[in-house]
Amino acid sequence: MSSGGVALAAPIHPAVASGAFSLTWLLVALPLASAAVLLFGGRRTDRWGHLLGCASVIASFVVGLAIFTALLGHDAGDRSIAQHIFTWALVGKFEVAWGFLVDPLSICFVLLITGVGGIIHVYSIGYMAHDPERRRFFAYLNLFVAAMLLLVLGDNYLMLYIGWEGVGLASYLLIGFWQHRNSAAVAAKKAFVVNRVGDLGLSVAVFLMFSTFGAVSFTGVFNGIDQASHGAVTAIGLLILLGACGKSAQVPLQSWLLDAMEGPTPVSALIHAATMVTAGVYVIVRSNPIFDAAPTAQLAVTVVGAVTLLFGAFIGCAKDDIKKSLAGSTMSQIGYMHLAAGLGPAGYAFAIAHLLGHGFFKASLFLGAGSVMHATDDQVNMRRFGALRRKMPITFWTFILAWAAIIGIPLLAGWWTKDRIVEAAFAHGPVAGWLLGGAAALGVIVTSFYMTRMIIMTFFGKERWEDDVHPHESPAVMTVPLILLSIGSVFGGWFLIGGQRLPSFLAPVVGPLKESRLPFSSIVLDIGLPVLVLLGILLAVAMYVRRPVPVVPPAGNVLVRAGRRDLYGDAFNEAVFMRPGQYLTRTLVYFDAHVVDGVVNGVAALVGGASSRWRRTETGFVRSYALSMLLGAAMVSILVLIVVVL
Amino acid sequence: MRAPNIDYAQLLPVLVVFGVAVIGVLVEAFVSRENRRTIQVPLAFAGIVASFITLFFVGKTPRTPAVGALGLDTPTVFIQGTILLLAFVSMLLIAERRVDGGGPFVAEAAALPGSEEERRLLQAGAQHTEVYPLVMFSVGGMLLFPESDDLLIMFVALEVLSLPLYLLCGLARRRRLLSQEAALKYFLLGAFSSGFFVYGIALLYGYAGTVRLSGIAQAAGSATGSDILLYAGIALVGVGLLFKIGAVPFHGWTPDVYQGAPTAVTAFMSACTKVAAFGATLRVFYVAFGGMRWDWRPMMWVIAVLTMVIGSVLAITQTDVKRMLAYSTIAHTGFILTAVVATSTQGLSSAMFYLAAYGFSSVGAFAIVTLVRDGGGEANHLSRWVGLGRRSPLVAGMFAFFLLAFAGIPLTSGFTGKYVVFLAAANGGALPLVVVGLLASAAAAFFYVRVIVLMFFQQPNEDAATVAVPSAYTSVAIGLGVLVTVVLGVVPGPVLQLAQDAARNLFVG
Repeated sequence: MSSGGVALAAPIHPAVASGAFSLTWLLVALPLASAAVLLFGGRRTDRWGHLLGCASVIASFVVGLAIFTALLGHDAGDRSIAQHIFTWALVGKFEVAWGFLVDPLSICFVLLITGVGGIIHVYSIGYMAHDPERRRFFAYLNLFVAAMLLLVLGDNYLMLYIGWEGVGLASYLLIGFWQHRNSAAVAAKKAFVVNRVGDLGLSVAVFLMFSTFGAVSFTGVFNGIDQASHGAVTAIGLLILLGACGKSAQVPLQSWLLDAMEGPTPVSALIHAATMVTAGVYVIVRSNPIFDAAPTAQLAVTVVGAVTLLFGAFIGCAKDDIKKSLAGSTMSQIGYMHLAAGLGPAGYAFAIAHLLGHGFFKASLFLGAGSVMHATDDQVNMRRFGALRRKMPITFWTFILAWAAIIGIPLLAGWWTKDRIVEAAFAHGPVAGWLLGGAAALGVIVTSFYMTRMIIMTFFGKERWEDDVHPHESPAVMTVPLILLSIGSVFGGWFLIGGQRLPSFLAPVVGPLKESRLPFSSIVLDIGLPVLVLLGILLAVAMYVRRPVPVVPPAGNVLVRAGRRDLYGDAFNEAVFMRPGQYLTRTLVYFDAHVVDGVVNGVAALVGGASSRWRRTETGFVRSYALSMLLGAAMVSILVLIVVVL
Repeated sequence: MRAPNIDYAQLLPVLVVFGVAVIGVLVEAFVSRENRRTIQVPLAFAGIVASFITLFFVGKTPRTPAVGALGLDTPTVFIQGTILLLAFVSMLLIAERRVDGGGPFVAEAAALPGSEEERRLLQAGAQHTEVYPLVMFSVGGMLLFPESDDLLIMFVALEVLSLPLYLLCGLARRRRLLSQEAALKYFLLGAFSSGFFVYGIALLYGYAGTVRLSGIAQAAGSATGSDILLYAGIALVGVGLLFKIGAVPFHGWTPDVYQGAPTAVTAFMSACTKVAAFGATLRVFYVAFGGMRWDWRPMMWVIAVLTMVIGSVLAITQTDVKRMLAYSTIAHTGFILTAVVATSTQGLSSAMFYLAAYGFSSVGAFAIVTLVRDGGGEANHLSRWVGLGRRSPLVAGMFAFFLLAFAGIPLTSGFTGKYVVFLAAANGGALPLVVVGLLASAAAAFFYVRVIVLMFFQQPNEDAATVAVPSAYTSVAIGLGVLVTVVLGVVPGPVLQLAQDAARNLFVG
């Protein structure tokens, strides 16, 4: 077993909640209650439903801030506070409590979910203004926020799993929100099915925890790792990773995220960029004692992360659909987070830092894209944009700031967080370090390329929009959220990483930051990474500024075609899983109809026949009932006496 | 022999109920007809609530109120609390008036069915208010039944709870002949079973020289008298109790009586009587015969298997919703018997939990039966329920929910209940019983689902029944039924804990 970090993240025994912490349940209850009111209230709530939806999330944010402030008042070692709500199930010695855990890790997520979530809720008022089903939309968004908070606040894996399924449900409902569009319905179904695969992994992981540790609470599991067998811990780690792959759209379960862009854009921003898809990172970082004790699982996490970050970036380059390009980018950035989380104590804090920063700039990018779509009659094809910077200056400038943040322009959010991940990857041992670091560095240049391409195709060059489209800046209810998010894109990284604020804040949960020792001077990266960024920009400028962008996409070479088809992820799934699956289903149906049904119908006929025959005993005559009682009494007496005689 | 020292404070819950019943009788005698209902209904509810409150205080430190006759202990407190809660909910159905103008009861029990006098009374809107004191007397008997520590007292309690029930069964406002037939059948068979019970008591007295439960246990331990007397006594006392809980082959009355009785009374019987009778059965078999469990267990095994199988299988071909629910009750009795066989604290606590859970679902289901009607009263034939889900999705949905609870689908109280009783039975070494129970549950699921299919997935007929809009009484009863069924399914922890704490001491001797 690896020793390094394990000893450092000492066994945790959370304190009992009091004061501000006793409000923890409100965090979940507020959006949940609002969702219930909106769903059950029906059309009566149409007029003010969206306001209630926003208010509940903002109120939740305020509660979160109060708890955060209270948490800062505690010593670093005592920042783990549990609130027990009730005992859910008690079977023998196995107890599942319904309880919340506030600690530095969960409070970070709470603030992200309610903060960015609140901003996106407000934005949605404008974005969904013309939708007749706006109330239902807000109900689902509230439901999502409640489930996501449950996921991060639960103090055991079962509650985490409930939240996990809850966000899955909300995601399904919101991807398919415009159900009248067949593509949306199909995308929702696809997301659901692919997520089932991951959820199966997580649920089996929970079963294994129960059989290995006899507990599913975080404390129960983590404190029992020393006694558990190495194989079991590794298996649990790998199964958690499978769950994380499904929820976070990591290779090999990535295929649903691109289709998920069928949902309304605020959904893409909140669920499929800023929060839900990062749940995989959360569960891995939360389970850090498991992964620290299972190096194989850790290695798998880094490999998944490295592969996905290139995979997603590549897709991002090839797509003409602005949202799908951003979705590829999301996969790629979450790949970075997984890579960092797989590096162990050297990377946990950076994974979370990048996650938080990404929450801001990616939400900003998606909302910016939404603003552009709003202005161009829901156009998503970047070949139909161009020269929008003068028409929509606020959207443009916030988009530019988010762009600068994600590609890693020095001093902006991405530079602080992503470059630390690259650095930590290079420092991860001799061979693995070069491979992982190389992939991460390659990702930097590709990221810079596709993001610059997006900016150029959308805001620069010639006007390519259709004749009846009249682009205009969005209303304030949409631009103000963009501006707020930009502040996070610009200063978030400095705030979190500058002065090691986040790493030291998270240390009680994930162990103190391990100093990374690079195989070369750190100046190489300090200078090299910005140079790579610049290279990516120049490449994009060379390809898309100097040559005009054609409205009809050119045929492209093999690689571009592969990228447009999501690197054949769907084709692979179809050939390997879907077709054999259909064949298997057909065989099973045949078996079911001819063999199983035969047996079942036979049994049913037997029971039914017995029922009809026995029913004749219901004569309705008191005398026959009395006779049966008499015989029964005789039978009872004989039975008792026989036993005695025997 | 000294006069027993009676601790009246400990007896208060029972005394309150009997007191209210007596006041109810006085009200019948001295208050004019039109004012009786206004007094009787609040009086009955107040009596139940007051009894529950006193039980709450008494139950904190249960003591033996009358040495040698009554024994108040934590399981009894749990059982009595359950009876009172269920009586409260059943009383809501009994007090309902809006569904069938004037209430579910006949105007004048003595009026000949179909006679001119009956029609006149109906038109005058007269109603039978003796129902309330009758129910209270019955509840009093039910409270006393599981508390009795002495077989003779138990016999008296049995009669006190049964006699009003016989009367109540015959008081249906509609289909009076069916109702009166049910009452007579119930009375005759009840008297027959009481005969067995008393004969059993006599035999046991002959064996042990006492009718105290602990005395019998003691005598059986020291093995003095004739074993034949003892075992015949166990068997016959058992028959009396098994009749009351409706176990096969002593179940013949159940479908007929459930069908004929006013549905509100059926609900009351299916919930409260069952709890009380099981309470007494558990006490007798755990306290008096606990030491001989190896001798009576095979008999109980056979009864449990018969009850589960026959209840489930016969329900399949029923065409009347009340008869179907009656057979469902019989099947559930079988499931609870598996926990009785366990003879352990776990068996006791799981049986008590099951009774509480089942009682609420059962009252809720029967409450919905009262709502589905046509011009002639309740439309109980299942063909009239076809397509109900399309016209009244809420009512049909709730009925479907209760059926799912009866079938033991997870997230309903039925699942939790089955889970705990089968667990107790398996731990008690009765694994084959659990297997039979699971198979019977599977067969039972068929007819529950059949009704759901019928309600939701078939086109309504021409003569489909309508759903009456109830007053607050029935609505609250159904609401409570749904609520408890959900809560005990999703968050069974607290109540399960309560039952376990109550069962920790078993019964006092």
